[in-house]
Amino acid sequence: MEGSVVVVEQLTKRFGHVWALAGLDLEVRQGTVVGLLGPNGAGKTTTVRILATLLAPDSGRATVAGFDVVRDAEALRSAIGLAGQFAAVDENLTGLENLEMVGRLYHLPKAEARRRARDVLERFGLASASGRTARTYSGGMRRRLDLGASLVGRPQVLFLDEPTTGLDPRSRLGLWEIIRELVQDGTSLLLTTQYLEEADRLADRIAVIDGGKVIAEGTADELKSRVGGEVLELRVADRAEVARAAGAVIGLGPGGAQVDNASGDITLPVGSDGPGILAEAVRRLDAEAVILADIQLRRPTLDDVFLTLTGHATEAEPMDGDAERATSGRRSRRRRRERDR
Amino acid sequence: MSAKLAERTAARPGVIRRIRLAIADGLILTRRNLLHYVRVPTLLVFSTVQPVMFVLLFRFVFGGSIGRALPPGLNYVSYLMPGIFVQTSIFGATATGVGLAEDLGKGIIDRFRSLPMARSAVLAGRTTADLFRNLVVVLLMTSVGYLVGFRFQAGILFAVLAVLLAIGVGWTFSWISATIGLLLKDVESVQAASFVWIFPLTFASSVFVPVDTMPGWLQVWAKADPVSVWANTLRSFTLPGDPQTLNLGSSRLALALQSGLWVAAILAVFVPLAIRAYRRTG
Ligand SMILES: Nc1ncnc2c1ncn2[C@@H]1O[C@H](COP(=O)(O)OP(=O)(O)O)[C@@H](O)[C@H]1O
Ligand SMILES: [Mg+2]
Repeated sequence: MEGSVVVVEQLTKRFGHVWALAGLDLEVRQGTVVGLLGPNGAGKTTTVRILATLLAPDSGRATVAGFDVVRDAEALRSAIGLAGQFAAVDENLTGLENLEMVGRLYHLPKAEARRRARDVLERFGLASASGRTARTYSGGMRRRLDLGASLVGRPQVLFLDEPTTGLDPRSRLGLWEIIRELVQDGTSLLLTTQYLEEADRLADRIAVIDGGKVIAEGTADELKSRVGGEVLELRVADRAEVARAAGAVIGLGPGGAQVDNASGDITLPVGSDGPGILAEAVRRLDAEAVILADIQLRRPTLDDVFLTLTGHATEAEPMDGDAERATSGRRSRRRRRERDR
Repeated sequence: MSAKLAERTAARPGVIRRIRLAIADGLILTRRNLLHYVRVPTLLVFSTVQPVMFVLLFRFVFGGSIGRALPPGLNYVSYLMPGIFVQTSIFGATATGVGLAEDLGKGIIDRFRSLPMARSAVLAGRTTADLFRNLVVVLLMTSVGYLVGFRFQAGILFAVLAVLLAIGVGWTFSWISATIGLLLKDVESVQAASFVWIFPLTFASSVFVPVDTMPGWLQVWAKADPVSVWANTLRSFTLPGDPQTLNLGSSRLALALQSGLWVAAILAVFVPLAIRAYRRTG
């Protein structure tokens, strides 16, 4: 595989009865960004942990920067940077001390570690907070510091596991900016995310993962065209009318409609002619005398990709509502740790 | 490129360099752990308040009546303080497991494990930092002891040996605590679990009271308890003259040997266990 910095072949990993990875194939080419897109529990973190040598695979093969994750784990670690799903910064150290420590652990000389730490802090807008303990940092600042820690070693390959999950929209935009700049320097990046939009903005190629397997792979445009461009979403006021409404709009778009009987939601891929189909849908529903609670055109999300690819919905969390999700994330991690025992 | 990449294998550094790097990494993490006490001084304050309370409680509240059970010529504070050194060191060692569980929970251990640092550094750094912290606490306890009438009466050499034994015991228990911390992985559980084994070990021993005042069945336990051995050894290092006459059971040398054997035995079991538990945290 010419010019590939990450090569994964038929990787499997089982936890008890759960196949976290069930034969995963993946490739990241030098200097590119691959987005590993999937819902909670799809196997994203497991993949990253195996590639970062935190976890041994059950079977299959994986190399990073040419090093085998099992046989050459030690050498591999000097070639990678990892920012895990939860910011792993030392709250009792200052921003500068955090990064300096990581630099020293990459075995950089003291002065060099300090210089790079300062560079990174500068670049991530943390220079003025560099002397404060990380305990005083906001969630967004911690994430940036954590990301910074994964960069002081100037890694050839970078792994970011859900870098913006739990951030408020503004911090998310800031982080996207940083990540985009970063990959302009030629760092190869494997990024996991639950958001199609995030993968769309940052990744050259996207691998959609479900049940520990890649179920689709391509550029964002390729994936979106498989979904059929934009999505028309409507909700009937009276749930009893869902079937009638669906009957009226089905066949309007290039793909089939998805009907959620419980909520009264109907989702319909509309290709490139969103406004035309929206207008036609409204006319038809009006003719049927179906009363709508809501109707909108929107860009496709992971949910839509999933519906199209698998026929089942995800449990992906909505993109807004930051603080609340941050705590639920922590809770679910605790749950996982408990299961670990 | 790919052909070259695919064939890349690790150029392992030489043994000497690996050892040097391992020591350097261990020291970096020792410094990191010690910085916590600088940043959150209350941590250190709390780890000394409790032992000070124990000293005051036993010296002034229980001391009067316990003192009567002691052999003539031995005052209670001279009996108590060596015991307190051991007890404080063992209680303090719970911080090792709590600290590791905390780092695990925050994902910091994951970060360390993804770095090209020595695998030994996390445990080495943690136990070494706790060794230094315990040294500070023991020296502080010595000062408190001097305020309430305790004196090193066997000379400076034995005074130094006494302090070394106390922190050595603390370090030994750090490895037990590390094993528990890495297995339970959760701060509160580690704290709760620690006291389950620490209480019988320290209180049913010669730390606070002479063993021969206990019922027969308990004496069996208390005499076999290594905590009693260490406390008695420390007494033999701080009291003047021949400890045999002070009813400590054996001579200084015999006690010191027993103490050393216990330390070695516990380390031989728990250092490998802790390392194994660390390897399995992935
Ligand atoms: N340490 C573990 N013990 C037991 N099950 C686990 C563990 N880690 C992950 N799993 C399970 O493996 C599957 C994949 O998890 P994960 O890789 O964390 O998914 P994602 O990161 O995509 O949300 C899930 O079903 C999860 O519950
Ligand atoms: Mg995850």
